Amino acid sequence: MKGNEEPTRTTRMRERYKQRITPLKVLYIGLLLTGILVIVALVSLSVGPAKISLKDILAWLIGYKTIDQTAWMILFKIRLPRILLAGLVGFTLSLGGVVFQALLRNPLAEPFILGVSSGAAVGAIIGIFFGCGFTFGVPLLSFVGALFTILLVMGISSRHGGLESSTLLLTGVIINAFFTAVIMFFITTASDSRLHSMLFWLYGDLSQSKYVQLSICLPCILIVSCIIYIFSRHLNLIVGGEESALQMGVEVELLKWIAFLGISLITGIVVAFSGIIGFVGLIVPHLMRMILGPDHRLLIPASSLGGAVFLIAADTLARTIISPSELPVGVITAFLGAPFFIYLLKSRGSQWTQS
Amino acid sequence: MDSELILRDVSFRYDSQWCLEGIDFELKKGEIVGMIGPNGSGKSTLLKIMDGLLKIQKGEILLFNKPISRYRRGDIARHIAMVPQEETFRFSFLVSEVVLMGRFSHLGLFPFEGKEDLEIANQSMRLTGTLNLATRSIHELSGGEKQRVLIARALTQRAQIILLDEPTSFLDIRHKVEIFELISYLTLTQGLSVIIISHDISLAAQYCHRMLILNKGGVYKIGEPAEVITADNISMVYQCPVLVDENPISKTPRITILSKRKESKKEIA
Repeated sequence: MKGNEEPTRTTRMRERYKQRITPLKVLYIGLLLTGILVIVALVSLSVGPAKISLKDILAWLIGYKTIDQTAWMILFKIRLPRILLAGLVGFTLSLGGVVFQALLRNPLAEPFILGVSSGAAVGAIIGIFFGCGFTFGVPLLSFVGALFTILLVMGISSRHGGLESSTLLLTGVIINAFFTAVIMFFITTASDSRLHSMLFWLYGDLSQSKYVQLSICLPCILIVSCIIYIFSRHLNLIVGGEESALQMGVEVELLKWIAFLGISLITGIVVAFSGIIGFVGLIVPHLMRMILGPDHRLLIPASSLGGAVFLIAADTLARTIISPSELPVGVITAFLGAPFFIYLLKSRGSQWTQS
Repeated sequence: MDSELILRDVSFRYDSQWCLEGIDFELKKGEIVGMIGPNGSGKSTLLKIMDGLLKIQKGEILLFNKPISRYRRGDIARHIAMVPQEETFRFSFLVSEVVLMGRFSHLGLFPFEGKEDLEIANQSMRLTGTLNLATRSIHELSGGEKQRVLIARALTQRAQIILLDEPTSFLDIRHKVEIFELISYLTLTQGLSVIIISHDISLAAQYCHRMLILNKGGVYKIGEPAEVITADNISMVYQCPVLVDENPISKTPRITILSKRKESKKEIA
């Protein structure tokens, strides 16, 4: 029992009760985060080795000024697709994190925990090993790897048509370990030139983004996130235990199949294009829960948008910090995300209770 | 026909061994049935079966004259509410939020509660005396408060039948009595039907219309407290010698546990 030792926490609770979760509140916070997203994206657009000031971009946007051919190429052929992909990846991974943490009732859960990422990595590494292209060849193999892993893990964990959470977790961890061995085998036997690409992919690489990739990601992500949002109330109930959720009218098994499969699919798709960007799916949901409370009707849109903001910002740093060279974005998410997360954890508590 | 829930020759097993065999039972409108029996006799399992949470292998269960297997989960939740023995909330939801979750099966695709839902939740909190806890986190509550919040959530489901799995086991005597008082108030005023598992036989006998003694996966005895709660029955089922006499106030059976030794405590000189 936490008791009365923290009066500030109770006060915060009281504030939250006054502003109960209403459609208006969700809309309001959604718009606020979208606003932040647009600003971060615009700033990111103006940052890079070629100097194109934010003022010029804004002036061009409202039709006040024209920009030259080179600047246009840089903005719309190089920077914009990359920013959009970063946004979509962050969105998807954070959405997956929220949903998995609720379904598995485990604070360590993230979209990669069921092994999707390592399956995707095996596909991608094999692709790079045999010199496939980065626009379609590597992503396709990676997606096949992810899909194979999802089906494998869910197949192993399903009993009598139901998915058991702890079996699912364990299976995921074991599959992860197995695929890591496979990855290490390819890495140690790869040539030096390929090795660099492999390591970059393993830590997340957004530099290969193209509009055509976005057009594949976007519809899938939209469809899955809309479906997941319909189930946001269900997730609130499932946090209290599967049996009590079932008792109150949640079709628990159906929900688990839909959510695990849906999230794993879109995770597989974005990982195929971005590589393994760790940490986003773990910390953004926790951050949002600390700030906004545990209700998934608000938490799902807030985490998704927050993840997009976070990853765009992280990727902007990744491509500028040691410019003209680049860091893998996963290095930034972990390097800056971890201290910030620990600070919040110390000051606010995890909002999780065990036992 | 006044029977809301009917069990006919119901048998259930988790794996190879039968946990419950040949259970016949009818729940009538507006009655409180107390379910008692030793540990492991299958009380909780039977309660879950009645709520359709576990699928039976033999027999049939009729909920308002329709087999429970033909109901969807949401429809069952509008007819039967269950109060679990204990529930762990991983996140610090507020009491009001937990109570509102009871409205789940009444909402459509649009995932937000309306004014009416809020009113129902408020009313449930008022009935259970938890309204003053509404803005507290569920983690800050004591065992008795938490139990009343779970009952409020069950009331918010607006179900005709409420099943309670040992709601009083962690409570002190005052809170135990309060729970039973609340239940009989609800059956009187709202016409609810209740099945309650309890280990406090004398107390349950004061409030229940009928008592069901479960033993080794079967119904040992069922009937009015005065018929069923006898020294023979209780001693036999619990394997513990008891004396049963009449509570001088309520005229219901009262149990005294007999020590096996003559003088159970030594006087300390």
